[in-house]
Amino acid sequence: MEIVLVLILVAVLLAGTATFVFIGRRDRGVPVEPPPATAPLPTTFVEHQSRPDGEVQPHVEVEIEATIEADELAVDGLEALLVEAPVERPSFRDRLGRARGLLGGYLTSVMSRAGIDQQTWDDLEEGLLRADVGVSTTTALLDDLRAKVKADGIKDPSALLDVLQADVAARLGGFDRSLRYAEVAPSVWLFVGVNGVGKTTTIGKLAKREIADGRTVVLAAGDTFRAAAAEQLTMWAERAGADLVRGNEGGDPASVIFDATERARSRHADVVMGDTAGRLHNKSNLMEELKKVRRVAEKGAGTVTEVLLVLDATTGQNGLIQAKEFTDAVELTGVVLTKLDGSAKGGIVLAIQQDLGIPVKLVGLGESIEDLVEFDPDEFAAALFDRS
Amino acid sequence: MFESLSDRFDGIFTRLRKRGALSASDVDEVLREIRLALLEADVNFTVVRSLVGRIRERAVGVEVSKALNPAQQVVKIVHEELTESLGGETLKITFASKPPTVILLAGLQGSGKTTNSAKLAAYFKKQGRNPLLVGADLQRPAAVEQLRTLGAQINVPVFSEASDPVTVARRGLEEARAKGRDVLIVDTAGRLSIDTELMAQVREISDAVNPHYTFLVVDAMTGQDAVTVAENFHATLNLDGVILTKLDGDARGGAALSVKEIVGKPIAFASTGEKLDDFELFHPNRLADRILGMGDMLTLIEKAEEVYEKDQAQEAATKLLEGQFTLDDFLEQMQQIKKMGSLNKLIGMMPGVPKELKNVQIEDKQLARVEGIIHSMTPAERADPDVIDASRRGRIAKGSGVDPADVTGLVKQFMEMRRMMKQLGGFGTKKLKSKRKDKGGKNKQQPRGSGSGRVTAKGPAKIPKMPLSLPGLNETGPAGLPKLPGFGR
Repeated sequence: MEIVLVLILVAVLLAGTATFVFIGRRDRGVPVEPPPATAPLPTTFVEHQSRPDGEVQPHVEVEIEATIEADELAVDGLEALLVEAPVERPSFRDRLGRARGLLGGYLTSVMSRAGIDQQTWDDLEEGLLRADVGVSTTTALLDDLRAKVKADGIKDPSALLDVLQADVAARLGGFDRSLRYAEVAPSVWLFVGVNGVGKTTTIGKLAKREIADGRTVVLAAGDTFRAAAAEQLTMWAERAGADLVRGNEGGDPASVIFDATERARSRHADVVMGDTAGRLHNKSNLMEELKKVRRVAEKGAGTVTEVLLVLDATTGQNGLIQAKEFTDAVELTGVVLTKLDGSAKGGIVLAIQQDLGIPVKLVGLGESIEDLVEFDPDEFAAALFDRS
Repeated sequence: MFESLSDRFDGIFTRLRKRGALSASDVDEVLREIRLALLEADVNFTVVRSLVGRIRERAVGVEVSKALNPAQQVVKIVHEELTESLGGETLKITFASKPPTVILLAGLQGSGKTTNSAKLAAYFKKQGRNPLLVGADLQRPAAVEQLRTLGAQINVPVFSEASDPVTVARRGLEEARAKGRDVLIVDTAGRLSIDTELMAQVREISDAVNPHYTFLVVDAMTGQDAVTVAENFHATLNLDGVILTKLDGDARGGAALSVKEIVGKPIAFASTGEKLDDFELFHPNRLADRILGMGDMLTLIEKAEEVYEKDQAQEAATKLLEGQFTLDDFLEQMQQIKKMGSLNKLIGMMPGVPKELKNVQIEDKQLARVEGIIHSMTPAERADPDVIDASRRGRIAKGSGVDPADVTGLVKQFMEMRRMMKQLGGFGTKKLKSKRKDKGGKNKQQPRGSGSGRVTAKGPAKIPKMPLSLPGLNETGPAGLPKLPGFGR
């Protein structure tokens, strides 16, 4: 039976694809190639060239001074402070104040009516969809809510919203959101995701946090493709007070991360944070590269304990596909939801947690180094309904 | 995970009765599915509502066409509406009589402004212009370095300085004038559209350089919030157009429609990759396909194009559809298709494939078994499987580690498949065949044991019912290649 199916699948595929290629919209020309290696940029920071099998070549090393420039930290009334001084971490409430009330429309409509009618359900549906919760999850939520209304005889719109909000919080709850460390240091945390989501910035913030908690951190500039990516991470390393390992632009990302684990071992560092190039999950060669990065990251002294998908809160339904594809490739342990200080609600994480069982561990709420908080289901649910 | 539009219609199609004209309830049924598809494609809720309203008006009462079934007809109308909404007037860049022509890029963080600033520069350079890039993003670490690196790659100078964004922009303009550059492209920092301070700043930048064109850079995977972003940026900057980025992903791109409806200005360019030449003028019909869930097919085409040469594909398909496909050909094609990615994923991308087939999980080792059997055959056996008798079968089975029954099975099913594919091809070639000489005696036309070899699984029997709702493909009938049923039926 299987043979039949294989035959048919191949035949159908062939007939189909060949036909489509033929009809194909336009001549694509050159097929996709791996990014060309560019000339290495001059750098005064650590350069480390070695093979994954451990052959290490001598390198030049420069101490990275942890200086903070005043204007970089001046966000929303935060004073310019030195690295050592403790700073209060921002909460959802602070940041979401700006977005609050923007989407009040449907909520106001719900609350303004005396009871619960069809318009109420339409408004709730609109609100959830507008928050990128997605069609199937919205349907499930509202079906559950309808059942509860029937069972408990809920008549008041405010009470209705309470129940819905609680349901959302409940669905998001029940996960262990702590970041995991290896029994034997160094732990390796990989940051993956599509282009432009905030991987590098997140690493900077998290490094700062870990260091404030008393751990030593090595950053690995595993994005060897994008122009000035290593320079960008270097600046974050400076700000956070972390060590950095980089390679040449166009070089092998896996070996950079491997080198970082070697560096961590020799310095008895606690955590290696590996940055990777942004990549679209439908590009098989790039996903293969990522799989290799994960494999190699564990070849030496490091143990991979976190593979975090960095997800932009403005992303729509594609976020779920991203999570699925990335977890299939490298087994995600969690999600970092970034840019939640904007007007987007990030509702797609409901589906990601429920359908795929991948918890949101951290939330990014701004561009400065302090803007990283733990994910809190209750706060998130409240923000979803503009009720924080 | 997300059904394509044609999947959704499989059910409706069978239930709709044939009438003279599309009734309101017919249309409503189809529109329900379309609404879902559009929402899943990230088209804004309110935009969906008005779009569906317009489509309903057009569709109800329309005469049922002979060529398309009612569902296909409605889809065709939807496709047209989408294309119209996305297209309309194309943006033509007219250059300022007094250079430089100033272009300002704005948008959210991570949308692709810096990369696309460089892409625009490369685009204009190719047209013989003399662009200057201005790095006015002083917020993001190494943003200016990034722009400088890209500028170096395309040999376009980059201006920046360590002051403030407004000053940088203004001085950049002065620089362009001084150096006789005729296009000025200003990259700005990503900013939240609800950040009043930063929106005021970008307004200042705009006032300082008075751009001829202001583009909003939008990520194709943006969700419902695209509307708010577009509204705010448009209110602040009075946009001239949109650049849609990361279209090489598999996001359906509904945000584009939302933005277009809100801003009312054209989507000027499409960015389709990370390299600087992955930049083109926007094609509304292509995005319409994609929003409707036919985009997977485009991905499939791209993957196939990566792996196949045009003539290779044509040759292979012709052979297949004319019934001249050998086991050798099959083996060769399996290798090619494997390069395109997992077989399951590829099948998932094809529209019109019955669900039963789509849900089948084919593992690599199953494929390997088939390959193994074929490899164990001699060239003569592959060319003409009829010569495989009991002893040969035994040898092949031993060589590939399978049961002799499996070998029989493979050969039988292969012949049956070949016969069916030929039949498929036959639907369109009736006209051609009457002109051609009869090829009857040339190859084995009759499958062995045709009676007992009939495949009874649901899947194969439905293969002839190929893509149902692909209005865009109705017109194109490539010369020489028979039309598959379902296209232009």
